[in-house]
Amino acid sequence: MKKLSARRRHPLAAVVVLLFALAVTGGLYAAFAPADTAKADDTAAQSLAIEEGKKLYSVGCASCHGTGGQGTTDGPSLVGVGASAVDFQVGTGRMPLQQQGAQAPKKKAIYDQAEIDQLAAYIASLGAGPSVPSKDQYSPDGADIAKGGELFRTNCAQCHNFTGKGGALSNGKFAPSLEDVNPKHIYEAMQTGPQNMPSFPDTTMSEKNKKDIIAYLDTVNSSKSQSPGGLELGGLGPVSEGLFAWIFGLGALIVVAIWVAARTAKAKKS
Amino acid sequence: MSSQDIPEEHLPSAQGDTHTSAVTKPAGDPFADPGLPPHEHRVQDIDERAAKRSERAVAFLFLLSMVATVGFIASYVSIPVDKNIYVFPIGHISALNFSLGLTLGVALFCIGAGAVHWARTLMSDVEVADERHAIAAEPEVKAKVLADFAAGAEESAFGRRKLIRNTMFGALALVPLSGVVLLRDLGPLPGTKLRKTAWSEGKMLINQNTNQPLRPEDIQVGSLTFAMPEGLKEEDHDFQKEIAKAALMIVRLRPENIKDKKELDWSADGIVAFSKICTHVGCPISLYEQQTHHVLCPCHQSTFDLSDGGRVIFGPAGHALPQLRIKVNDKGYLEAMGDFAEPVGPAFWERG
Repeated sequence: MKKLSARRRHPLAAVVVLLFALAVTGGLYAAFAPADTAKADDTAAQSLAIEEGKKLYSVGCASCHGTGGQGTTDGPSLVGVGASAVDFQVGTGRMPLQQQGAQAPKKKAIYDQAEIDQLAAYIASLGAGPSVPSKDQYSPDGADIAKGGELFRTNCAQCHNFTGKGGALSNGKFAPSLEDVNPKHIYEAMQTGPQNMPSFPDTTMSEKNKKDIIAYLDTVNSSKSQSPGGLELGGLGPVSEGLFAWIFGLGALIVVAIWVAARTAKAKKS
Repeated sequence: MSSQDIPEEHLPSAQGDTHTSAVTKPAGDPFADPGLPPHEHRVQDIDERAAKRSERAVAFLFLLSMVATVGFIASYVSIPVDKNIYVFPIGHISALNFSLGLTLGVALFCIGAGAVHWARTLMSDVEVADERHAIAAEPEVKAKVLADFAAGAEESAFGRRKLIRNTMFGALALVPLSGVVLLRDLGPLPGTKLRKTAWSEGKMLINQNTNQPLRPEDIQVGSLTFAMPEGLKEEDHDFQKEIAKAALMIVRLRPENIKDKKELDWSADGIVAFSKICTHVGCPISLYEQQTHHVLCPCHQSTFDLSDGGRVIFGPAGHALPQLRIKVNDKGYLEAMGDFAEPVGPAFWERG
């Protein structure tokens, strides 16, 4: 450093500084220019996706939600629901709806992910709404599972049961089981509040909170989660457990008692 | 069975008078006690080798029980609490839970099975008849007891020494008072505890997820938020007691969807705050359906309409859900304008 500052008045110093500055400028340009062209590509791809999405929408959705997503008596308005809602509803197969009913059940998804993205792009272009979360937003890695459990019991357990087994609501509606639901879909459901589920927007339940909840569900209610109690009997609580004990526990005792009494100990069998 | 199945000769018409002549008068009393059937022996009573085998079987069951008990203690000591194993019909289960249950079950079952086998094969099974006796005592025994009682009463001077008798009556009458005084521990009377909650004027609504005060713009139409009063901390000694009464759910409705005028007046820009405690027996209710604005109680299916003043539309609840009057303060946060106007939770005798 001392050597460098000693030569700062050298006749060639200005040339060196100038060369250095040019190299930095060139390097920065090289680093950022391709990004700009990519962005331009993105915009083009985006408008293409909206075009494609609009076509898919007119065929599959418009009969209930209206030609411009304004809603009809058969389906709610989609203006402002955001890409996230589309990704959830179509991605879990809930939409398109098979028939009107108490609520749309989960079924096999009809559109593939590329088509869903196009539909989502079109709906998102109708009005601002929550966008599809990125992987690091919903991935359960590095989240606080205990806090997630606390949040789940405060916000979700009333309908979805303490370990996400689901439960009944009024007039045929129900809170579905959360077992092995894609973390992305859980995140989107909290964000958008599908059907009768209330939403839990980022303003009242932060992104970190949502991540914690997903991590909790991943621990207690997924195909790889382990139950120390063994046979869960549906995890529904005392009703199924009591019924099991009364029928199979007591039943086994009765069978043993009958078996003991039915066999005579006499030498001469009568 | 129809009459076709009966052979001809057994029909009453075919039997004719042979029937009456065939009846012979039984000798003696036809209803006399036939007595016990002859005693039948068991293999073990006749064959000493079989008896030995039974003895060994019983001893084996008892020994098995001992081994299982030792196994119980061994599993308790050696198996770590978080170890999981796969057991075929049950699935994944904690190794400790499984082995404790299995060994204790075997230990208890083998004692029972051994005892039953012992009683059935080795203990004497000879029938024993024991005649009943009249319940009433002999007249002379009765007379003696009564005479003894009268003599005792006379000797105790119970009738003569009235001071003793009266003070004894007094002592006996007062003793139960101790029990009555203990009932005081059921108190003290709740006072205003059933009518007051932790909410009061100027307390901000704190989001239970983030512990931050809520702003009206945080709460969107269709969302559900739970709030607690400012100043209440989860670490507080009385947190559970206070939140059990103060728990609040906050939803936002479009003002044109609010049917009840008072509810609209008590809301802040369509944000309404209702007690989370069911007015039937006090279960926490927050099964909120955002399209119908109904809240369902999971315990007895009471349903409340949050767009109509928390009115009961179904179920056993007797009162509408209490609403908390809120406003936006000058710093832009939601705050309570007082406590709930009526007691939250289930009705009680003096509720009025």
